[in-house]
Parts: sequence; C-alpha cells; structure tokens
Amino acid sequence: MSSATANAPAEPRAYHLPEEPHLHEGHSTMLGFWMYLMSDCLIFAILFATYAVLGGSYAGGPGPKDLFDLNLIALNTAMLLFSSITYGFAMLAMEKNRISATQGWLFVTLLFGGAFLFIELYEFSHLIHEGAGPTRSAFLSSFFTLVGTHGLHVTFGSIWLVTLMVQVAKKGLIPANKRRLMCLSMFWHFLDVIWIGVFTFVYLMGVLR
Amino acid sequence: MSDAVHSHNAHGHGHDHHDDHHEEGAHGSFRSYMIGFVLSVILTAIPFWLVMTGTLADARVTGFIILAFAAVQVVVHMIYFLHMNSRVEGGWSFMAMMLTIVLVVIVLSGSMWVMYHLNANMMPHADMQMDMGSTQEMRLSNEMSDMP
Repeated sequence: MSSATANAPAEPRAYHLPEEPHLHEGHSTMLGFWMYLMSDCLIFAILFATYAVLGGSYAGGPGPKDLFDLNLIALNTAMLLFSSITYGFAMLAMEKNRISATQGWLFVTLLFGGAFLFIELYEFSHLIHEGAGPTRSAFLSSFFTLVGTHGLHVTFGSIWLVTLMVQVAKKGLIPANKRRLMCLSMFWHFLDVIWIGVFTFVYLMGVLR
Repeated sequence: MSDAVHSHNAHGHGHDHHDDHHEEGAHGSFRSYMIGFVLSVILTAIPFWLVMTGTLADARVTGFIILAFAAVQVVVHMIYFLHMNSRVEGGWSFMAMMLTIVLVVIVLSGSMWVMYHLNANMMPHADMQMDMGSTQEMRLSNEMSDMP
C-alpha cells in the first residue's frame, strides 16, 4: 500500500504556492514602522535606566533643583502637546483629501516642533553656559544623553515633516504619500509619549528630589 | 487601507463626519483627537501644578502621584493619538507593544534594583549606616571611626 502511493505520482509536488498572494504595495509598512518604534522605545528605556542609575551622582556639582526651570519645561511640554493635536488635524484633513488644509496643519505642527527645539536648545545652552555641561557630572551626562536623544528625534521628525510637505506639494495626496504621513504621525505621537516620561521622570521627579 | 479612502473620497467633495467611521480603528475622528488632547492637558497640568506649588508636603507621595498621572497619560496617547487597540494589524501591533512593555519593565526595574544594591554595598559612608542591613560592617566602621 505504501509502495502504491509512493509509485503513483498523483500530482507534482510543489514547494511554493502556485500563485503569489496579491498584497498591495505598502501593506506591511505600518506594522513594520510600529516595530521600529518599539525598538526605538527600547533605546529610550535604556537611556531612562541609565539616568535612573546615574541621576543622583552630582560629583559635587549642581543638582536638578538648582538647574531646572519648570516654567520653561511646562512651556516646552505645551509646545509638543499642541504639535501633537495639530498633526492629528493634518491627518483628519488628509483623510478628506484636502491638500491645502493638510499642508497648513503640517506647517503649524512644524512651527510647534521648531518652538520646542528652540526652547530645548536655549535650555541646553543656558546649562552649558552656567558650567553645567554634559562633562560636569554623571547626572548631567545621562541627562544630556536622554533629553538630547529625544531632541534629536524631534529634529529628524521635523526634517521628515518638511520632506513630506514638499512631496505632497509636488505629487498631492497619493496613497504613497498618505502612507508616509501616517508613519510620521505615529513617529510624532510616539515622541510625545516619550516626552511624558522625560518631563515626569527627569524634570518633575528631579525637582522633587 | 489608504486605497479604500481614496476610492471612497473620489466620488466628490461633500463629506462630513460620517466618513470618519469609514475605517474602524485605524484613524481617529475630530472628537477622539479632542478627547485625547483635553485629557492630556489635564493629565499634564495636574503634575506640574503639584510639583510647582508643592501642595503636598510629602515628596514621596507627590512622586507616586505624578508617576501614576504619567502612566495614565501614556495610555491616553496610545488610544487617542496612536489609535492603538488589540485589533490593529490583526493584533500584531498590540503583541509587539506588549513584548516591548515587558522588556522595558525588565530593563528599568532590573537596572535600578541591581545598581541600588551595588551602591548600597560598595559605599559604606558614615551617613548611610542606618540604612544598611549589615551590622558587622557597621560595628567595624564604628570601631575604625573611634580610633584617633
């Protein structure tokens, strides 16, 4: 019986699907981008852990209470939160295929993002000017690394935003551009989530300590 | 998914809020964005207010409260801004997020736990003796400090 089945070539063996499943272009982009964000989240987790370990080592230098100006941080937080909601409005305009409204909200988002970066750079330069640069103590090294990495992400997000505005201006809201805008949306909101951790854990808890 | 919106919207320009429910879960509506925004403003303002005014005398209690507010705000952002739920991408996004949360918890709590104990055991300063469990070391360092 076994030889009978072995000798009868009912149909040729196929080790692949006869037809490739039809998947539209970019069908896995959103999931892939989410995976990237999750790996980025791990980078920030490590930087947060580093800050948690080194954040109390002032090396006789200034501590969070002497350095952090919570009014400035509250302003910065507001900038990032406003940029999040305006990006949301850009996405709503994009879904309705309103190019000029999308571009307008993206531009407002860019302004808020730029304001955030400007305030952060002002804070950094102020700290360095006071002699509290990243080389001063382990606390300041880990602080500049964590907050600086977040700022770097916002910088690249802003560059990406400008790039997409140019692309939308040139080609309109084609499916590829919509997909890119949705990826940047996830990136931008993700940065806001990280900032929640930064202002709570670094600034507020630092001033409390 | 964007193709679906494209073909749908190609019919004309007369759209209203009904279109927002065209794609379940993937996008937010004006209402959901505003809910998320208002909740975020409240959840941000209260911790800043608590710390800047020093309403609660106990810093430790304030610390726990603002951490709780941060955790809630992260969830609000996830739901209302990142449109996360357990159905997006067939549940794979949610699965990846859960794995990430597990890893983040291990990395953060593990690092703090190990390094705290390392610090506690490596630096027997005079002012840290009360916190230390090892009476042997305390006695030793006391004897040493008694010496002229």
